[in-house]
Amino acid sequence: MVERRPLLDFITHAVLLLGVAVIAFPVYVTFVASTITAEEVLAAPMTLVPGPHLLENYKEAWLHGAGNSAAPVRTMMFNSLVSALVIAIGKIAISLVSAFAIVYFRFPLRMFFFWMIFVTLMLPVEVRILPTYKIVSDLSMLDSYAGLTLPLIASATATFLFRQFFLTIPDELAEAARIDGAGPMRFFWDVVVPMSKTSMAALFVIQFIYGWNQYLWPLIVTTQEDYYTVVIGIKRMIAGGGEASVEWHLVMATAMMAMLPPAVVVILMQKWFVKGLVDTEK
Amino acid sequence: MEKRVVFRSRWLPYLLVAPQLAITIVFFFLPAGQAIWQSLLQEDPFGTSTEFIGLENFATLFADEHYLASFRVTAIFSVLVAGFGLAISLVLAVFADRVVRGAGVYKTLLIWPYAVAHAVAAVLWLFLFNPTLGVVAHWIKGLGIGWDPLLDGNDAMVLVVVAAVWNQISYNFLFFLAGLQSIPKSLIEAAAIDGAGPGRRFWTIVFPLLSPTTFFLLVVNIVFAFFNTFAIIDAATGGGPGQATEILVYKVYKDGFKALDLGSSAAQSVVLMAIVIGLTVLQFKWIERKVQY
Amino acid sequence: MNRHSIRVVRLAVAGALFAFAAGAQAQVEIQWWHSMTGALNDRVNDFAKGFNESQKDYKVVPVYKGAYPESMAAAIAAFRAGNAPHILQVFEVGTATMMGAKGAIVPVQQVMTGAGEKFDPKAYIPSVAGYYTTSKGQMLSFPFNSSTAVFYYNKDMFEKAGIDPNRAPATWPEVMAAAARIKTSGTSQCAYTTGWPSWVHVENFSAWHNVPIATRENGMAGLDTVFQINSPLHVRHWNNLKEWAGKGYFTYGGRTNQAEAKFYSGECAMLTSSSAAQANINRNAKFKYGVAFMPYYADVAGAPQNSIIGGASLWVMSGKKPNEYKGVAKFFTYLANPARQAQWHQTTGYLPITPVAYDLTKNAGFYEKNPGTDVSVRQMLNKPPTANSKGLRFGSFVQIRDMFQEEFENMLAGKQDAKTALDNSVKRGNEMLRRFQKTTKE
Repeated sequence: MVERRPLLDFITHAVLLLGVAVIAFPVYVTFVASTITAEEVLAAPMTLVPGPHLLENYKEAWLHGAGNSAAPVRTMMFNSLVSALVIAIGKIAISLVSAFAIVYFRFPLRMFFFWMIFVTLMLPVEVRILPTYKIVSDLSMLDSYAGLTLPLIASATATFLFRQFFLTIPDELAEAARIDGAGPMRFFWDVVVPMSKTSMAALFVIQFIYGWNQYLWPLIVTTQEDYYTVVIGIKRMIAGGGEASVEWHLVMATAMMAMLPPAVVVILMQKWFVKGLVDTEK
Repeated sequence: MEKRVVFRSRWLPYLLVAPQLAITIVFFFLPAGQAIWQSLLQEDPFGTSTEFIGLENFATLFADEHYLASFRVTAIFSVLVAGFGLAISLVLAVFADRVVRGAGVYKTLLIWPYAVAHAVAAVLWLFLFNPTLGVVAHWIKGLGIGWDPLLDGNDAMVLVVVAAVWNQISYNFLFFLAGLQSIPKSLIEAAAIDGAGPGRRFWTIVFPLLSPTTFFLLVVNIVFAFFNTFAIIDAATGGGPGQATEILVYKVYKDGFKALDLGSSAAQSVVLMAIVIGLTVLQFKWIERKVQY
Repeated sequence: MNRHSIRVVRLAVAGALFAFAAGAQAQVEIQWWHSMTGALNDRVNDFAKGFNESQKDYKVVPVYKGAYPESMAAAIAAFRAGNAPHILQVFEVGTATMMGAKGAIVPVQQVMTGAGEKFDPKAYIPSVAGYYTTSKGQMLSFPFNSSTAVFYYNKDMFEKAGIDPNRAPATWPEVMAAAARIKTSGTSQCAYTTGWPSWVHVENFSAWHNVPIATRENGMAGLDTVFQINSPLHVRHWNNLKEWAGKGYFTYGGRTNQAEAKFYSGECAMLTSSSAAQANINRNAKFKYGVAFMPYYADVAGAPQNSIIGGASLWVMSGKKPNEYKGVAKFFTYLANPARQAQWHQTTGYLPITPVAYDLTKNAGFYEKNPGTDVSVRQMLNKPPTANSKGLRFGSFVQIRDMFQEEFENMLAGKQDAKTALDNSVKRGNEMLRRFQKTTKE
């Protein structure tokens, strides 16, 4: 602090507290809605005091789901977890090895491959929805975990990140490994992987959230309830056009459960989360 | 920058890049190529009749006032999301930067919305703004202001902008805070000694020094508003009422998937690719600038 | 994950059974993709189970593939990849797209006669069968779940507002008189709302007043059809809705069935929506309600005519083996059984699609025990259908309907008047029709 200004200090805390309150408000209302009955939600305006039905609402959603989406939340959470883990770990794995190849080897077409990976930055899934869908369909991967995850695994940012990082590993280490007669893979496992742990952790946090929160892709490749992820499950619960009405108390319980895993990851792994965000934007 | 020390192998490097390349080719290049090819065709959904029509899909597209309207909607939406998102998070970051004790707590309390899926964020705000049962909608009506996002395009736009900004604040906040913390304290102290008040110091020293961060965030937010907000639009408004919130990405999806108009959807994809390429180039311009520091 | 382990066990068991059965005699599997959720999904599964138990040669496997548009997109992609299902449930607005896909489907009539199964298109209610029949008289798909638009009103609210609860408003002016009473008496803030705006206020409205939606018999006689919904009558009706919305008599409830919740939650006093909503209203409404014919304008000659259907039919996809088509035909025969049709109608609220099923239900005293359930049927059969009321067939109608609804919303939002909204609807709709015409060779 440059100088003391009690009034400004007061304003500072007031603004920040207001910011925190406004940002938390929707989630608070969601929480309240998930603890009361369907009728109480419909009574406009809804109460802002939590009710006693927390356990039964969560249990109902967990075991049976709600409304148009008949898939139980536990199935959808499991699917989300599988996709998020496969996407996060898969991205890290294939980016790690491809960056290793590009940095530690000289081979024909090396830069060409590098640019090919780079260009994918310019092709977000949103702009190539239909043809990608067609290809996944041709490969018979609709309604499967492979279809949910594989197309999202390629990562230019992760490859870049590892490339930048590998370039900072001192040449002496590779030199020493060569003198000892260690092959490239030995060097990879004994030196590169252990040194990359922090970067991997940071990337994992970001990519886990990315994978968990996917929307458009799971929306179009999954038509069977068995493969719904929880994020699209919520959308289907409120989608019009079905025969049932929106059971808001259950939708809100599902929303709370859908938010929990990524929020826990962000809060508990805050340091890596921040590092991951900053690194991936370099 | 290149490594001096490298390993030698005829086949190993190819094996190592193979998975990444395979996925890139199958799921990125093939579809992109197909989108370009499809954009030159007119075809029924089942693919039983196909006709090469050159650039006619593009001509139809740009003659369609509703496609142009979608451009306008996207532009307004992006400007609102980026503008409010940046302004609010900058304010929060500036104040958080002042706090000595408890800064970590504030930070934790402000960054978690990043973890909330866009679609979930949209559902939360949809619920709050629901004209029949929403708490916030009730307050708005209590003020005597009409509120109906189902019918009023402006209301619907407010709804999706609020949801998007809420989702994006954490990200902007973190980068602004990091930017603020990297400004040398000595500069600010010197200004204080010269008698500049906090407001003046902010506008003459802090804000200009933050401008690379701001520019970077501006591009990121525009990309976010252009492409990543699909979930928000789909879950909250479905592009309506009318076409009031139908952004370009949503239109590609709607025309391709719901309406099965493959040629038009593909042509729109190609246009979007051109936009992404433009934005990516812009983003890299920023990196070059940053390197000069 | 309990469910998953169960699935694994089920798969293992199925595998073992399959290996066993393959040794004896291979069962022909028939894939059926549908979009029925909740209780309707259970009924669909019951049909498949009943059929599978009734014989040994074929096994129908019903798969829920998402909402109508999603399931259709999935089936189209599957067709292009060469693994389409045998039977696909397609909603009525997708009918023209399916009809246009000559090589992708097999007409149901051909499937039936090819398999030697008895099939009489005349057994169906004309305005249902007409929907799925070509201009040359060939029935292309198998009618399955059909509903029509009807009028619901809250009797308790009527009573409170001092309106006779036993007499439903029959005409639009009467509806609005009731709405005014409900508003001014302070009974409710919301007097009237509607589900499916285009289906109710364009398509059914036109048929009910015996005016064309488009030339060429609403597109059923040819692809060169042109929309005609900017007639003075249409303009008058939309203009009324706009005015009533301005006075607060009419509350807009969204493009699909969201308005139904506004009715059964007790928020709105009157509703026009699908007859299939009745099951849901029954379950949720905590008040007495009535079901009645759709309102009309008494000064229009010939009104009320008859209403048209929504819902879906079953299409048979091409490229399958003759033996599989035989199974499909046998399954359709099973479904067409009058007792099953009657039961489907009674448990779901969908229309009985054959007069026999209607008679069965009537003779069993079902309509007396469940007042209001026959309104939809009587409305469909009100008069013999004319060229304006036997149905409609437009390419890209999913998209076109969205356009109509966009224009409707823009009108209600005060951005344009009724005439402009309908003129725009016609213009945009015709552009889509011409595009569709180009991609589809007749």
